Amino acid sequence: MGEAFAAVLPANAWNWAAVWRRNYLAWKKVALASILGSLADPMISLFGLGTGLGIMIGRVEGTSYIAFLAAGMVATSAMVASTFETIYAAFSRMHDRRTWEAILYTRLTLGDILLGELAWAATRALLAGAAIAFVAAVLGYAAWPSVLYALPVIALTGLAFASLAMIVAALAPSYDYFVFYQTLVTTPMMFLSGAFFPLTQLPGALQQVGRFLPLAHSIDLIRPAMLDRPADGIALHIGALCIYAVLPFFISTALFRRRLMR
Amino acid sequence: MSKAAIEFTGVKKSFRNKFVVNEVSFTVASGECFGLLGPNGAGKSTIARMVLGMTRPDAGKITVLGEPMPERGRLARKGIGVVPQFDNLELDFTVRENLLVFGRYFGMSTRSIEAIIPSLLEFSRLESKADARVADLSGGMKRRLTLARALINDPQLLVMDEPTTGLDPHARHLIWERLRFLLARGKTIILTTHFMEEAERLCDRLCVLDHGRNIAEGSPHTLIEEHIGCQVIEIFGGNPQELSSLIRPYVQRIEVSGETLFCYAPDPEQVRVQLRGRADLRYLQRPPNLEDVFLRLTGLELEK
Ligand SMILES: Nc1ncnc2c1ncn2[C@@H]1O[C@H](COP(=O)(O)OP(=O)(O)OP(=O)(O)O)[C@@H](O)[C@H]1O
Ligand SMILES: [Mg+2]
Repeated sequence: MGEAFAAVLPANAWNWAAVWRRNYLAWKKVALASILGSLADPMISLFGLGTGLGIMIGRVEGTSYIAFLAAGMVATSAMVASTFETIYAAFSRMHDRRTWEAILYTRLTLGDILLGELAWAATRALLAGAAIAFVAAVLGYAAWPSVLYALPVIALTGLAFASLAMIVAALAPSYDYFVFYQTLVTTPMMFLSGAFFPLTQLPGALQQVGRFLPLAHSIDLIRPAMLDRPADGIALHIGALCIYAVLPFFISTALFRRRLMR
Repeated sequence: MSKAAIEFTGVKKSFRNKFVVNEVSFTVASGECFGLLGPNGAGKSTIARMVLGMTRPDAGKITVLGEPMPERGRLARKGIGVVPQFDNLELDFTVRENLLVFGRYFGMSTRSIEAIIPSLLEFSRLESKADARVADLSGGMKRRLTLARALINDPQLLVMDEPTTGLDPHARHLIWERLRFLLARGKTIILTTHFMEEAERLCDRLCVLDHGRNIAEGSPHTLIEEHIGCQVIEIFGGNPQELSSLIRPYVQRIEVSGETLFCYAPDPEQVRVQLRGRADLRYLQRPPNLEDVFLRLTGLELEK
């Protein structure tokens, strides 16, 4: 059993890149539509909510509401982009397109494939998050150059959420199940992680829950970077995101082994 | 040198407590074309997947290219090319991109893949389609591209699961011709099929599978000689019961399949005498083939 599991883990540190490049090639063909699509939604929310609510709310935590919200939007769109890429796009490559099956004929292992898919989803998250951060910086809602510190955090956020979503993809019999993950996990997480309003607005118990959520850790790193403020507990937040990225990877590898290599 | 390319010893595999592969043993020598012949659900694809190390047997031992499977599958797969039962090409990519992306999964550099793409395209007769999207190719072209893709790592062993199912006769003959070319160059092929003709034309040896069991093994010629060994007369149009009592004294054996009577006749002339003047009947005499062997062994008719 142990030996069999070891055989599906990544074979080396670079095999996954072939899977990443495959996804990049596919993405390049539709890049423009993809970029516009993944930008439009968060931008509309940012300006719609930011200006509309901003008038009523005034300042939040010592900054304009739109600048406060921008950091939440960056983290949230990284979460959404990598979750979506994993449960829809990667799932279709595993399930109906049989792309993974073809890759398993080669010297790549299941672990290599999963790593490549996670790295790709993190790339998509980085693109989506960085685009918003960039627009926010240009419009003066984020500080330059400290906003650059947000970039590695956006990528790590993408990796963590892709890794979590991969467990869902491994368990779901069909696409119909993903909506549960989105409505029951990722959407509530936005409200419990301080994306749209400070966590202190929540009842104490919910604040405690928020402490453990990956999105909250991500926002606690991204917001100070974008507002050029000192951040607390950087190592803790990064460590938590790393755990969310690494542990689920082994779980989904084991689940996919059972599913695909029976 | 004819070291074994594949060895199966007492291999069993069950799904939901039902044996899909049951005590199967066979050996495929290097350079030969070995067929797994059987009807739908016989376990052909499951055996093919076990050869690739993608399914773990419940019992038994599997060695492929000298490596124990599935433990050392990764090593063995470096020397294997695969044509799966269902195409899994990249539909949104061009023919060339499909080869490029697949070569990278073997760790090949872009340059070395691009260097061999022309010869793969030539082999698969897809030179003019290099930049066509796969989604726009015909079924036969897709199959040939899958074959080209399987050759990208210059494998010693090709595993082909129903390489010509669903193709028209012309496309099928083209694939057969390409496979013979590969055999002539010393490749080992294991292929599954439910086409008798395919097995007879290509395979040096084959095993007949039924419900996961290996029920006969040998060269097509030996199997036909051993199990049939005489001319076959197929009669249709009449009442099978009535006909079989009329003809039984003159033949070795009779099988009824649907409305067709298969008569195994060491002396066909005697049968034809009986049928003379029966305008309601149509019949044809032919040499025995693998289909007769299969019918004999299982009581089942394979698809034509
Ligand atoms: N992953 C699986 N889970 C459950 N049952 C399976 C699985 N794979 C195969 N089977 C069952 O095992 C049996 C043999 O399947 P297999 O695909 O090996 O047959 P085959 O000879 O390739 O048939 P076909 O000609 O239809 O391709 C079938 O009854 C099939 O339903
Ligand atoms: Mg099959």
